[in-house]
Amino acid sequence: MHPLKLVDSLPSVASPRRVGRRLLRSSLLDALAYPHGVDRYLELVRPLLVKHQVRAEVTAVRCQTPKSVTLRLRPNETWRGLRAGQFVGLSVEIDGVRETRPYSPAGSQHAAGGVLELTVSTHPEGKVSRYLRDHARPGMIVGLTQAEGDFVLPDPRPERVLLISGGSGITPVMAMLRTLCDEGFAGEIGFLNYARSSALALYGAELDRLVDRHDGVRVARGFTRGRRLPLGGRFRREHLGAVISEHADAATFVCGPPTLIDAVRAVWTQDGLSEPAVETFTQPPLSFDTDGAEGLVSFAASGREAANSGLPLLEQAEDAGLTPDHGCRMGICNTCSCHKTAGTVRNIITGEISTARDEQIRICVSVPVGDVALDL
Amino acid sequence: MSTPAPSLTPEQLEAFGQELDAIRARVVADLGERDADYINKVIRTQRGLEVAGRALLLLGFLPPAWIGGTAALSLSKILDNMEIGHNVMHGQYDWMKDPRLNGKTFEWDTACPGDQWRHSHNYMHHTHTNIVGKDRDIGYGILRMSEEERWHPYYLGNPLYAALLAVFFQYGVALHDLEAERLAAGETTLAEKRGMLGDIWRKVRGQTLKDYLLFPLLSGPSLPFVLAGDASANLARNLWSFTIIFCGHFPDGTQQFTEEQAENETRGEWYYRQLLGSANLTGGKLFHILAGNLSFQIEHHLFPDLPAHRYAEISAEVSEITERYRIPYNTGPLHRQFGSVVRKIGKLALPPLPGRGSSEPNHEEAAKAQGQELTAAA
Repeated sequence: MHPLKLVDSLPSVASPRRVGRRLLRSSLLDALAYPHGVDRYLELVRPLLVKHQVRAEVTAVRCQTPKSVTLRLRPNETWRGLRAGQFVGLSVEIDGVRETRPYSPAGSQHAAGGVLELTVSTHPEGKVSRYLRDHARPGMIVGLTQAEGDFVLPDPRPERVLLISGGSGITPVMAMLRTLCDEGFAGEIGFLNYARSSALALYGAELDRLVDRHDGVRVARGFTRGRRLPLGGRFRREHLGAVISEHADAATFVCGPPTLIDAVRAVWTQDGLSEPAVETFTQPPLSFDTDGAEGLVSFAASGREAANSGLPLLEQAEDAGLTPDHGCRMGICNTCSCHKTAGTVRNIITGEISTARDEQIRICVSVPVGDVALDL
Repeated sequence: MSTPAPSLTPEQLEAFGQELDAIRARVVADLGERDADYINKVIRTQRGLEVAGRALLLLGFLPPAWIGGTAALSLSKILDNMEIGHNVMHGQYDWMKDPRLNGKTFEWDTACPGDQWRHSHNYMHHTHTNIVGKDRDIGYGILRMSEEERWHPYYLGNPLYAALLAVFFQYGVALHDLEAERLAAGETTLAEKRGMLGDIWRKVRGQTLKDYLLFPLLSGPSLPFVLAGDASANLARNLWSFTIIFCGHFPDGTQQFTEEQAENETRGEWYYRQLLGSANLTGGKLFHILAGNLSFQIEHHLFPDLPAHRYAEISAEVSEITERYRIPYNTGPLHRQFGSVVRKIGKLALPPLPGRGSSEPNHEEAAKAQGQELTAAA
């Protein structure tokens, strides 16, 4: 047995550190820190000490390509781990505002110490991605959510796994590949990896290394611009043979832009196969029409839905038979403030349009622009 | 009536409202790191004062440590309730999207549960400011603070009730939403208020446990000193917040309104009522911070959800606008404003003098007087 494992399996001893930790979690301390909670004091000593929030320290930063930044993160003890393919919400404060974006970690779920690797592709309009590229440094503290998502490898592992990715969509399938390699997976893994050009392709050297070390792993690349070799451009049925002996019975995971997902789906439908697991990072295009109201308003907590009538969301909720908390109905008192999980709203007082996921809005002065989901 | 109808034309009111909206829009567009850094710094200071205060009180048998500890804890509670709690719960920092500073969920170091405060203060008081019969902050259902309220021998105790309210202010605020006067009149029952009472009880229990049981017990031989320090800090916070809050809407010159006057108000009219019903305090930077910037009560009532440290910056513009529209802008030093509040508490304890109508200057006169004062100052 590995010596480290031996140490791990010893019965827990009351080390000073462990006693300290237990004390920090005691209800006595909670009562003394009432009503703010122990975290609000601990974080002033060290931000990672908080026990009710996941936070992580950036431990390394590198740029694989000119349009991406790769971070290594060490999460605090609140982190419950993840399954390869899941995503986390990463929060940073930019000009006073806490911005949160979903990213799929690219590292193995068995990484030592729960260390996470995030590769963030920068977009010209991407506030968070550009901020991370320009400002992420070792020692920086970021906020995380627990891992979410069911784009994950099944348990027990299938015999044959096919991974297909386009652009920044490589991250969750890279996590799957690394996880399977760490597990000593004995089956067959095929990986079709598409990128704009070889200069912008992520994880090129690492994929080569994994192919060298693991017998069952086959990787083929396609570039959609410039020299389109070796696969020759975008996904086609013929590419499958380059990496997998039989795609029909392979557990298939596709992550990338909608065009890639549609192309793969078309082949699977032609072959009469059940849908592959898919994930896309691209938001559907927004339709702006300030005159004619359109879209669907969904009230997640009550499970109700209604067509957007163009009225403020408070009135739409009431029309749908809900009785949300409210007060002034004029954007003053904040009583109606409500969690918006997705969608775009316009503030009728300021005209401000807000597209952020997971934000508080005052529903008495917010009208939907297209589909909106509220936690009501 | 001490509460005349607005004297501006509808067009003037509309233009007046738009000017104020423009100030608001400009500040909202400018919110950012400066505001986030400010509130984070205030919070760090408050937490530091709290920890330092509790630590010093452990050595409370040494007089300088007791004095220092009690002072630090008093300042901590004042900052927590005024510049942090009150303002964060207005949603002033919701734009930061930081769950720790969310106006809907924030909880403060005082007996009143945050959720009840959000209703009684953010909604009832801020929407219906100074409307007699609707704004329960006029006298908290205990005092007679308006001539529109009919006198009753009970009100002979006005000064006594005010003194008791000041000393036990945190509990007065906690019980505010219970509507004690409606309970007494049989308009509502305790059974209807059970959920509310439960929330108040849990909050008061948490506060009492911390200040009057756990910290004293954990301090061993310093127990009586810690107990006395905690009680003094709570008292200091009560007296201070009572003083600042009563200077917000009751000094001489502030107007009160009837429900009819506030019916179908336009946004401009609403702004106008907020302005006439509020009064500012003059003072230095530290004074304003400890007052939670409620010393800019006028700006706070115009823009309750703008970060309060911005009020000082926009107060010059607001007073310039009021000058142009010849609307009174009520401001003065603490001793003068509070003095007039104390006089009002005393005066309204007594029945109205026979043969005299309103003893308050009516709005026209007040506006004229203020206008003259401002012109003279200019």
